[in-house]
Amino acid sequence: MIQDLNENSFNELMITSVSPVLVEFWATWCQPCKAIAPILEEIDTTLSDRLTICKLDVDQNQAVALRYNVISIPTLILYKDGKEVKRVIGAVGKVELLKEFEQLI
Amino acid sequence: MSTEDISDVIIVGSGPAGLTAAIYTARANLNPKIIEGEPSSNSDQPGGQLMLTTEVENFPGFPDGILGPELMNKMRDQAIKFGAEFITKKVTKVELSGKIKRVWLSDAENTELKAHSVIVATGAKSLMLDIEGESRLLGYGVSTCATCDGFFFRNKLVGVVGGGDSALEEAIFLTKFATKVYIIHRRDSFRASKIMQKRAENHEKIEILWNTEVKRVNGDTNLDSVLLYNNALNKEYEFELNGLFVAIGHSPNTEIFKGQILMDENGYIVTTNGTKTNLDGVFACGDVQDHIYKQAITAAGSGCAAAIDAEKWLNSNFS
Repeated sequence: MIQDLNENSFNELMITSVSPVLVEFWATWCQPCKAIAPILEEIDTTLSDRLTICKLDVDQNQAVALRYNVISIPTLILYKDGKEVKRVIGAVGKVELLKEFEQLI
Repeated sequence: MSTEDISDVIIVGSGPAGLTAAIYTARANLNPKIIEGEPSSNSDQPGGQLMLTTEVENFPGFPDGILGPELMNKMRDQAIKFGAEFITKKVTKVELSGKIKRVWLSDAENTELKAHSVIVATGAKSLMLDIEGESRLLGYGVSTCATCDGFFFRNKLVGVVGGGDSALEEAIFLTKFATKVYIIHRRDSFRASKIMQKRAENHEKIEILWNTEVKRVNGDTNLDSVLLYNNALNKEYEFELNGLFVAIGHSPNTEIFKGQILMDENGYIVTTNGTKTNLDGVFACGDVQDHIYKQAITAAGSGCAAAIDAEKWLNSNFS
């Protein structure tokens, strides 16, 4: 289940999460974001024991997007202990996406 | 190898050409498999170029316009209704010269599919400027998707590079957010349709920089300026911009077909007698074989033609 974050739950998760967190910065009008949604669902199902996947609507949470200098969506950021360790900008396919993140989680 | 593992037709691509071919071949009971591509932010994704656009005003049948993604989703639904099967993967490799066409997918298993005929409708992807700083600042001010990223440029200065309908449409879309939109065009006139030219030229937030090329994009973490070159005055100058949207045209998605399907010097597939390629049983439609019209409706028309050509070819070779 991919959790929909707001600024508060984002901040909280950065402090509390024991597993790495992958956050998709997205918005309702963004077509490539819609296109990768099923891929993130699949990854969430298969890797749920190792990785927490969340999404953050940039329209509703502009401060978080600004803090991480996200000015293009979709942007996927992997956080470990609240720190950014990897960023992928733009939509990509599942195999490519796993290649970017799998070794880091 | 049992015969049921070989499809009648595989369609590669899912823009207006591929989806129209899907509707027609499905209605001809050819049980098409459509390899629709994978997500991308570079107009090279399931649904094709229209997925990254806003209002489509020139597709017949929609007097009030229709959103590009909505039009494509409707075409896809229509193909599914008649039994087309969609696979959300890319094609990584093909072997099309033999009697049985073989196609490999971008999944972890590199799945191989076989078919008697293939319809190539892979379209075209956005060209980049290929200048210093561009790839480093892609996603940090340089963008290929105005509908995705325009929102981040509220009260900012943005540029759109290009002179076709896509460039002008993006510029007009970006006026919703930006303080000012500069259209940067290397020629002294647009090739866009007259109606789009008039809208852009009359828009109070749009300024057109004619005869101007972008030579470099500058910025540490984010784009803050560009180096422009006026080719009429032979003069270079720095210009402040927070966003730069690239819409300078497209190149055909034909890399995987090189060495097999005959192409022209720009990589467009050569078709003769309708949609036939140089290979028996391989047909091509849409922007992948059209460097002249490049419209959704012409792509759809040629997709229909490819489906009919494939059906006739299958009937004369396999019945």
